[in-house]
Amino acid sequence: MSMIAEMLSYPFLVRAFIGGILVSLCAALLGVTLVLKRYSMIGDGLSHVSFGAISVAVAAGWSPLPVSIPVVVLAAFFLLRITESGRMRSDAAIAMISASALSIGIVVTSLTTGMTTDVSSYMFGSILAMSRGDVWLSAVLSAVVLGMFVLCYHRIFAVTFDESFAKATGVNVSFYNTVTAVLTAVTIVLGMRMMGAMLISSLVIFPALTSMRMFKSFRGVVISSGVLAVVCFCIGMTGSYVFSTPAGASVVLVNLAAFLLFWMAEMILRQRIRWQPLKPGRKRTSPAGGAQTAKNARKWKTIRPEGEHAPRSAGERKQP
Amino acid sequence: MSTLITCRHVDFGYENYDAVVDLSMEVDEGDYLCVVGANGSGKSTLVKGLLGLIKPMKGELTVAEELRRTGIGYLPQQTAAQRDFPASVYEVVLSGTLSRRTARSPGDAGMKEGTPETRFQRRRPFYKWPFYSPEEKRLAASCMEKLGISELKNHCYRELSGGQQQRVLIARALCATSRMLILDEPITGLDPSAIQDFYRLVRRLNRDEGVTILMVTHDVAGVISQANRILHLQQRVVFFGKPEEYRRTAAGRRYLGGEDR
Repeated sequence: MSMIAEMLSYPFLVRAFIGGILVSLCAALLGVTLVLKRYSMIGDGLSHVSFGAISVAVAAGWSPLPVSIPVVVLAAFFLLRITESGRMRSDAAIAMISASALSIGIVVTSLTTGMTTDVSSYMFGSILAMSRGDVWLSAVLSAVVLGMFVLCYHRIFAVTFDESFAKATGVNVSFYNTVTAVLTAVTIVLGMRMMGAMLISSLVIFPALTSMRMFKSFRGVVISSGVLAVVCFCIGMTGSYVFSTPAGASVVLVNLAAFLLFWMAEMILRQRIRWQPLKPGRKRTSPAGGAQTAKNARKWKTIRPEGEHAPRSAGERKQP
Repeated sequence: MSTLITCRHVDFGYENYDAVVDLSMEVDEGDYLCVVGANGSGKSTLVKGLLGLIKPMKGELTVAEELRRTGIGYLPQQTAAQRDFPASVYEVVLSGTLSRRTARSPGDAGMKEGTPETRFQRRRPFYKWPFYSPEEKRLAASCMEKLGISELKNHCYRELSGGQQQRVLIARALCATSRMLILDEPITGLDPSAIQDFYRLVRRLNRDEGVTILMVTHDVAGVISQANRILHLQQRVVFFGKPEEYRRTAAGRRYLGGEDR
């Protein structure tokens, strides 16, 4: 308890906490739709673009945020367009853009200031990065993101689940995609300097993936992602303070731990569910990912007495 | 029996490429129209055109007033991302009712008060956006009832079999409208018994519920006994008419096989 009080007596840590919580909440919520739409890599690509933009801005002596936000927003538009037009594989396009932006940043920096601690702090994050203005900006951003998710929740679901159906029934799909891209860009620029360009995309991907292990409904996944992101961030920050480890990496490790925990819980639950008697015609997925055939299901049903739910011991288990 | 959709010499296409040329056909209420043709023959473009996602380049496309108001139910081809989407069946079906919120012309003349079709076709106030109204929930429940998936309500979409997923998507489409359904290659990836189930279901919807069906498919032989119109596309219309006549044409014999001369 006293340790937390001690931590919060530093103003820069308080700023880092508030800003970080807000940014990771936004990243997690936006991450659910990005991951489900198979745009997971967009976060990674945008953070590298942001790294390039910030390096150029610093080399030219401009203030980093006003330069990098428009550049990254543009990059986000561009990446979405590529994905939608389908002329190029989106994963290839993102990999190309992120590598190019990273190299531009590195070349510009080494030509001007040289590879200093500044560059390393952009790559891996610095806890001192959150300024008062950044905290305000992240407060505004999270208000917008939360407002969008509360008011347009059902439309976001419709667009994420099935773009063509949503479009056919009159939902303005490209508007939602654009808003998502812009908000993701701002989130990444804001979080990048604290979490690091190499690590910020984990805030987008991890909470959604973790929640998808356990929750079977969209609502569950969204809520759980938000909660998980905030909890993991707080634990990670405290850990980084206690063990003097870099903040970004610590948060990512806590996220990884949460993922493994949920994954194990899912495995255990699956084992239990698998041994319920199957209704005919209902297909179940085995933990290995393969589908249970109807024939197998019938065989199981005849072997097992009706209504028995108890799991068998590991030795008896037959892999389908 | 009224005509729902009329095409008169319509061209559909993209910037510098016409996918469908000089199409004339009509869809009447209660029809079961089957659209066949090779890959790239313009079937999907036609569907997009009928849904209003692309404008006709030439010609005249008339959509009946009642269809314009409620929209057309649509069953798109499944994407890979959907197969492992964490969503409950109820969430998916409910999302179909959204289209009724964006009523194209609120306060339209001829809009009847009180029928479930039109009751919530007014713009909802801003603060009610996050919630589904009781009418919407009732509609979703009745659609699930119709398709026999009520007991799957809280199941996860990705854990259902292909046939059950199709039923869920039809229920969602029926939430959007109960007048007309457009099915885009619905049997892809289903096993044979699921395909037969699916055909029975569609026929039941068509006969008992009076839903007009427009189905794009490669499985001509499976549908020809049920459809009452066949449209064979190869950029232009190769054939449009009754299935019995289609069997007699050269194109029909090629697609249906058998009966060598």
